[in-house]
Amino acid sequence: MLTFMASDSEEEVCDERTSLMSAESPPPRCCEEARQGLEDRESAAQWRSQDSEEDLDEDADRYMCSGVPGQPSGLEEELTLKYGAKHVIMLFVPVTLCMVVVVATIKSVRFYTEKNGQLIYTPFTEDTPSVGQRLLNSVLNTLIMISVIVAMTIFLVVLYKYRCYKFIHGWLIMSSLMLLFLFTYIYLGEVLKTYNVAMDYPTLFLTVWNFGAVGMVCIHWKGPLVLQQAYLIMISALMALVFIKYLPEWSAWVILGAISVYDLVAVLCPKGPLRMLVETAQERNEPIFPALIYSSAMVWTVGMAKLDPSSQGALQLPYDPEMEEDSYDSFGEPSYPEVFEPPLPGYPGDELEEEEERGVKLGLGDFIFYSVLVGKAAATGSGDWNTTLACFVAILIGLCLTLLLLAVFKKALPALPISITFGLIFYFSTDNLVRPFMDTLASHQLYI
Amino acid sequence: MTAAVFFGCAFIAFGPALALYIFTIATEPLRVIFLIIGKASEGLKTINPDETAPSMRLLAYVSGLGFGIMSGVFAFVNTLSDSLGPGTVGIHGDSPQFFLNSAFMTLVIILLHVFWGIIFFDGCEKKKWSALLVVLLTHLLVSALTFISPHYGINLVSTYLIMVLMGIWAFFVAGGSCRSLKLCLLCQDKDFLLFNQRSR
Repeated sequence: MLTFMASDSEEEVCDERTSLMSAESPPPRCCEEARQGLEDRESAAQWRSQDSEEDLDEDADRYMCSGVPGQPSGLEEELTLKYGAKHVIMLFVPVTLCMVVVVATIKSVRFYTEKNGQLIYTPFTEDTPSVGQRLLNSVLNTLIMISVIVAMTIFLVVLYKYRCYKFIHGWLIMSSLMLLFLFTYIYLGEVLKTYNVAMDYPTLFLTVWNFGAVGMVCIHWKGPLVLQQAYLIMISALMALVFIKYLPEWSAWVILGAISVYDLVAVLCPKGPLRMLVETAQERNEPIFPALIYSSAMVWTVGMAKLDPSSQGALQLPYDPEMEEDSYDSFGEPSYPEVFEPPLPGYPGDELEEEEERGVKLGLGDFIFYSVLVGKAAATGSGDWNTTLACFVAILIGLCLTLLLLAVFKKALPALPISITFGLIFYFSTDNLVRPFMDTLASHQLYI
Repeated sequence: MTAAVFFGCAFIAFGPALALYIFTIATEPLRVIFLIIGKASEGLKTINPDETAPSMRLLAYVSGLGFGIMSGVFAFVNTLSDSLGPGTVGIHGDSPQFFLNSAFMTLVIILLHVFWGIIFFDGCEKKKWSALLVVLLTHLLVSALTFISPHYGINLVSTYLIMVLMGIWAFFVAGGSCRSLKLCLLCQDKDFLLFNQRSR
């Protein structure tokens, strides 16, 4: 989880897609990265809030702007659909990549499937003699985890409301440092061990240092878009791997279910913390921190930028830091989670002759929990590929549906519920019903 | 039971399907998505009023390919992953051509699904119930043929024969003709060339 990126002047907003993409000032997101080794309440808390924020972010409210005003509604609808379809593709690729990295690691590196203790957030063990006890322990673990996430989110909202930006920024920077250096070092170590490749410490130091330093620069400051996207995918994958390793089995599934319910509640309820965050950020007209959100495209027409300040403000991205934290998914200008078109109707001159391409933003928490689901499906028990593929397809279908809903409702929506629900249904039904059947068919070479 | 077997069987089973996907669908993802969300007919009408029929055929092809790939993947991917690991094929007296046979069967199943999809959609469109019945029956026949599984010869040959027949039928159903085939093979098909030009 990354923290904020330094914000720069607004003219950078007009940078073309191939140029350096500057991040906006960070939203009050907390980064958390806590390993089991760092049983630090604070870092754990950071981790949680980050987590929750990411979840929120990931639940991603998607906001889609419907075309250019002034055009006939049929064309607008068509443009909307066209953008919707484009955004589906723009999100499929990074989500698929993240899941592929996680599944490939799970299947090849033993370390992430070995049971080696649990996080302090899930203190109850699942090594119990009876099924009922195990179920109870997993539910308790889930309650603890979710309440920590809720607490961190509320803490974040409070911090943001009282403008403690420095605190938040420091927190985020610490989290991304930990993620980019420590977790990468561990990951690299395990991969090298698996393939029995020797690497001396100076080379290792150079590699990790370069990787981490470039990552910090790309995520928190400026960097090429593709590189930034790649780093965000990598840190999401690393985070998901940590979850897969340290969450016990049943707890993981219950937590996934509970997180999607929480996401739904937090984003859609009027008093939900994420929604409040968004509204506060909207009131303050502040940009959201792009470091915690994956954004895909962005070309902002220069013509628009030269228009009056209010439209420029809209361009700028009145993002709501909350949206960022709440894992909003929205179409926006580069690194702007929310795309607003309100100034457009009022300014006929704003009609764009040039075509503007908006990016889609999906919170990193969404990436992480999708990957956790698919990774857990790949890691558990039989290591069946059918189950993994079924969960993968289920998540993509859920993502598609959520984007469709976004196009229909045109307001922020959580990205987790539909995908995770489908994923869970497909996981349990494929693992228990389809797998034995297909195993028998394949072993006798029967085709249906 | 080596990387060679793994890659060989993987490409045998999924190569053609992947090629079909890359060359026909991956380059036009928007068009495919539009088809699938059903707006294609209206949208295409605004572009070209005569294109409603092709959109349905395209949808049939895409859905046939999708079903075929899913069916092939679910049937074969576990076998593939086992082929990477250590072991001796047929050590208990089974056929040593286990993987190869499975790969070829998977390939033919995928292609059959594509052709069945085209024929089935066309049958539904034109209300030709005989076509639907034939598709259903050949599917059952192919599955039943796999019951004689150690006798790979009969199984594979007859299934491939059925696939060729279905392929020819689907070709004519999709609007092809001997003349258009000849033009295409001799690279004289102006419509095809122009179409490619336009869509680039």
